[in-house]
Amino acid sequence: MSVYNSEPPIYELSRTGKIGANLPALDVPAAALPPHLLREDELAGFPELSETEVIRHFTRISQRNVCIDTVMYPLGSCTMKYNPKLHEEAARLPGFAAAHPMQDQSLSQGALALMYQLQHYLGEISGFDAVSLQPAAGAQGEFAGILVFRAYHLSRGDVDRTEVLVPDAAHGTNPATAAMSGFKVIEVKSDARGNVDMDDLKSKLSPRTVGMMLTNPNTVGLFEEQIVEVSRLVHAAGGLMYGDGANFNAILGIAKPGQVGFDFMHYNLHKTFTTPHGGGGPGSGAVGCTAALAPFLPGPIVREAEQAGTYELFMPEQSIGRLKTFQGNFGMLVRAWTYIRTLGEYGLREVSETAVLNANYVRTQLQDLYPVAIDRICMHEAVLRGQIAGAQGIRTLDIAKRLIDFGIHPPTVYFPLIVPEALMIEPTETESKVNMDRFIAVMRQIASEAVETPAVLHNAPTNAPVRRLDEVRAARKPILRYNAEKFAELRRGE
Amino acid sequence: MQYNLPADLQYVETDEWLRIEGDEAIVGITDYAQSALGDIVFLELPEVGDTFTAGQTYGVIESVKASSDLYAPVDCEVLAVNSPLIDNQEPINSDPYGDGWMLRIKITGGTDQLLDVAAYTKSVEERDH
Repeated sequence: MSVYNSEPPIYELSRTGKIGANLPALDVPAAALPPHLLREDELAGFPELSETEVIRHFTRISQRNVCIDTVMYPLGSCTMKYNPKLHEEAARLPGFAAAHPMQDQSLSQGALALMYQLQHYLGEISGFDAVSLQPAAGAQGEFAGILVFRAYHLSRGDVDRTEVLVPDAAHGTNPATAAMSGFKVIEVKSDARGNVDMDDLKSKLSPRTVGMMLTNPNTVGLFEEQIVEVSRLVHAAGGLMYGDGANFNAILGIAKPGQVGFDFMHYNLHKTFTTPHGGGGPGSGAVGCTAALAPFLPGPIVREAEQAGTYELFMPEQSIGRLKTFQGNFGMLVRAWTYIRTLGEYGLREVSETAVLNANYVRTQLQDLYPVAIDRICMHEAVLRGQIAGAQGIRTLDIAKRLIDFGIHPPTVYFPLIVPEALMIEPTETESKVNMDRFIAVMRQIASEAVETPAVLHNAPTNAPVRRLDEVRAARKPILRYNAEKFAELRRGE
Repeated sequence: MQYNLPADLQYVETDEWLRIEGDEAIVGITDYAQSALGDIVFLELPEVGDTFTAGQTYGVIESVKASSDLYAPVDCEVLAVNSPLIDNQEPINSDPYGDGWMLRIKITGGTDQLLDVAAYTKSVEERDH
């Protein structure tokens, strides 16, 4: 299999003297370029191919792309779900696609109206008073939030707050955001039910608390049962609540973060509101907040202009500034708007209900073989452990690799960090019962292989263009540019 | 799972071990920690002379699965670092109590928070069940 599937690097397809296009004969006197501008070193070994060969090479590679449009893609914590193709048509409407960001606002009224409505919809869905569509993706939304928290505290003369509380189950971007904003990260433990440990939280709140960053449902796929009390305690200490919207797909139309004590959140439009992402990008990390924080939001934001039915951009008076050129990733905004308008209030609720039902279906069909991280009804994702009874020397990684042989993209593994051998499965609302039943059957087969024929798992994948990659060597000794000698060395080693 | 947890060492909840010699100690991460992390691919250690309070981050360790902070087990000053580990992290996996050592420190504070092997084994079992 691998012989027929192997696609060499384009350098190895090169033949000296081949060209893809003939340039017309020079009809002006030749002039020498200044030597310091010549890039002869970089051109040495540059591949030489015909147009057909280039097309075939890249087409063959593209056909190996495993994605949501080709296979089941249960990538927990990332909400890889169906991106309706209708959105592509909407985003390509000439009035949107060809609008120039510098054109006069009077000529962009349609685009501004769409942004204004999207701000309103997102505010309504989440229970917030103000929304900015600026941030380019979730992590930038987080960055905006923590900068807004800082600006808010400073505006009140509250200058001693330096600590951001982050649960031990958090996405890595949360502590990274806090650190990048110049704050100290204080980790808060989880309790046995997967909630924030209240005693640990109380012991870590202080007059130094900037706020807390919390994902709800959290990264173990569980709803924080004491979210109202957590918010109350953080607020009582003078801190603010940041909501990481990565898992918003579980609660659309059911719970509003703004009503359970969050002061600020980001929406991953590219996850929850189905704008393509994951290598395809770009993302969009719009943010929403309470009225008290609204003056600090990144801008520009769209508001109604004096003349009825028209819109204009403005910067909030104490804005932390711009985070992105122009109006954020506008094409993503068009797609998110289309999604919300297509589904409406009840449709969005049904998305979350189906996503939660699907995750629980998979969980209940597998948890007799794969121990569940915490035995509770889960939200949009089920966190299991790759610790199969009676299987010696099998780790979650082996299970993930074996799934590739069945044409299923592996789920997130080894996250959240607090769950040993974690296997995080998120079917989303996209998968039908038929697809999930096949996934369940494959997972059950893998569990029995793990006990009876563990070598099958250790050798996996065998039914893929490449065998198991040496991730350790790739991380320790990466080869970042093509190098014929090093490649030959690698081949000899195999 | 069974882990190699030598009886003559002191431990902390954050999975560092200490071999105390007078007012100095050798520090590394435990067999449980290296096993949970998997193959280590990156390590960042402090400079000689740096000082830390107990629980403060002294470095960063990264495996193919995750990255994690390294925590000072006691108040200390760094006397030596195992610098060959920066380029070759393999001993952290293969020999965590020997060639995989990370720091030699001078202990500058109390040691009451340290766990003996029984207490640390219990902590590992609770997390690993």
